[in-house]
Amino acid sequence: MIEVKNISKSFNGQQVLKDITTRFEKGKTNLIIGQSGSGKTVLMKCCIGLIDADEGDVIFDGKVFSRLSGKEQRITRQEMGMLFQGGALFDSYTVEENVMFPLNMFTKMTFDEKKDRVNYVLDRVNIAEANHKFPSEISGGMIKRVAIARAIALNPKYLFCDEPNSGLDPKTAEVIDRLISDLTEEFGMTTVINTHDMNSVLQIGQTIVFIYNGELWWEGDKNGIMKTDNAELNDFVFSTELTRRAK
Amino acid sequence: MKFLYQVGDYIMIMFQAFKRPDKGKVFRRQLFIDFQNMGATSIGVVTIISVFFGAIIAIQTAENIDNPMIPLTTIGFSVRQMMILEFGPTIISLILVGKVGSSIASEIGTMRVSEQIDALKVMGINPANYLILPKITAAMLYNPVLITFSIILGILGGWAASVFTGIVTTTIYIEGLRAWYDPFTITYAFAKTEVFAFIIASVSGYKGYTVKGGSVEVGQASTSAVVTCTILIVVFDLILTQMMLM
Repeated sequence: MIEVKNISKSFNGQQVLKDITTRFEKGKTNLIIGQSGSGKTVLMKCCIGLIDADEGDVIFDGKVFSRLSGKEQRITRQEMGMLFQGGALFDSYTVEENVMFPLNMFTKMTFDEKKDRVNYVLDRVNIAEANHKFPSEISGGMIKRVAIARAIALNPKYLFCDEPNSGLDPKTAEVIDRLISDLTEEFGMTTVINTHDMNSVLQIGQTIVFIYNGELWWEGDKNGIMKTDNAELNDFVFSTELTRRAK
Repeated sequence: MKFLYQVGDYIMIMFQAFKRPDKGKVFRRQLFIDFQNMGATSIGVVTIISVFFGAIIAIQTAENIDNPMIPLTTIGFSVRQMMILEFGPTIISLILVGKVGSSIASEIGTMRVSEQIDALKVMGINPANYLILPKITAAMLYNPVLITFSIILGILGGWAASVFTGIVTTTIYIEGLRAWYDPFTITYAFAKTEVFAFIIASVSGYKGYTVKGGSVEVGQASTSAVVTCTILIVVFDLILTQMMLM
């Protein structure tokens, strides 16, 4: 479980996160939603330590991240997997080398063991026969899946996904959503997904946090979001004709 | 103020870079890749430029010796001194700034803007150490080899131009090469080479590592790396010359 306590962050005097307190449950897909510029990416980056919060703490299963030593922070980071918006695969490495990278860095596995693990996770994300291709030679959806494979290669306790569906067609987006949801259940991870895709919200949103102008505006789940009378949330979620009709 | 901030930031990133690598095997692999990318691919340009410059120095020296009191051995002597003292270490380093420095800055800069550096950090890897240290090590190990190669080829180029155009015979050229030789000039050349190699790899790495924005900023970082390295090389050339030769 990840607890976020009183996180605030400003850039050049402009406050982008205001005293955010929430928790992300283990074994669930926890969604952070909000409009572009609402502060959800900053919140996620504060959680994984890519941005230092001005105030507040992020607690990973009882460990306050900001109070850990540099070495302890690095060990905790090895328990995290992250799916970046663009995949962030290493351009000069093949698919196989990308997925093997964390295994090379942090395990003492033999090459055959690493290869087995790579094949297992690639198979798990439904990628076959692309081991020796470079990221520039595969599609956007495949890049996302390889990035998920790399993120789960070390069996992480925490999985962070920054807009996993951006730039994907609706069908591939659904495949990625389902994959993340299944992997979360299968590996018992605490998964945090940053999205503004309403299909994801309604499909895999086990817990949902709505950020509005840097403030935590609403918390609930996908059932609650259909019944809420929160004006800003309704305005955001049901902004299209299609979602209004669905409601 | 911005300059001071950048100096402080550079020093802090170098502290991060000069930590013990997470895994020796991975470090050696990166080092090998950087040897190939930075060193081996530079041999061609170094060969061409060195041979031609050696030849040009020989012909220009011969052209300017119109006083019969000046011996023809001056040609070999001038080529040797020019190649060891300045051309090999400084001019080749300046050429490597354009080739290797810009490549380092754009490679690391692209990794920054495409979140690959963030990915390394989230994995618990020290990105500065993983990306910059192998490049500095590769440059400091490989540049002396390139400079030695350049000096030898420049002297051969000077010999070829002198002999084939009939300016001097091989015997006179070699006599000039051996005249008033001071072995300390070699120490001086390699000391400069090591300092310049460090500047090229570390400053370019820093410029790439601190890119913010997109492809335009990566291009600007690459240009900035070349300009900064060039200025630093000529400044340190003067300082080292004053310290070691005067």
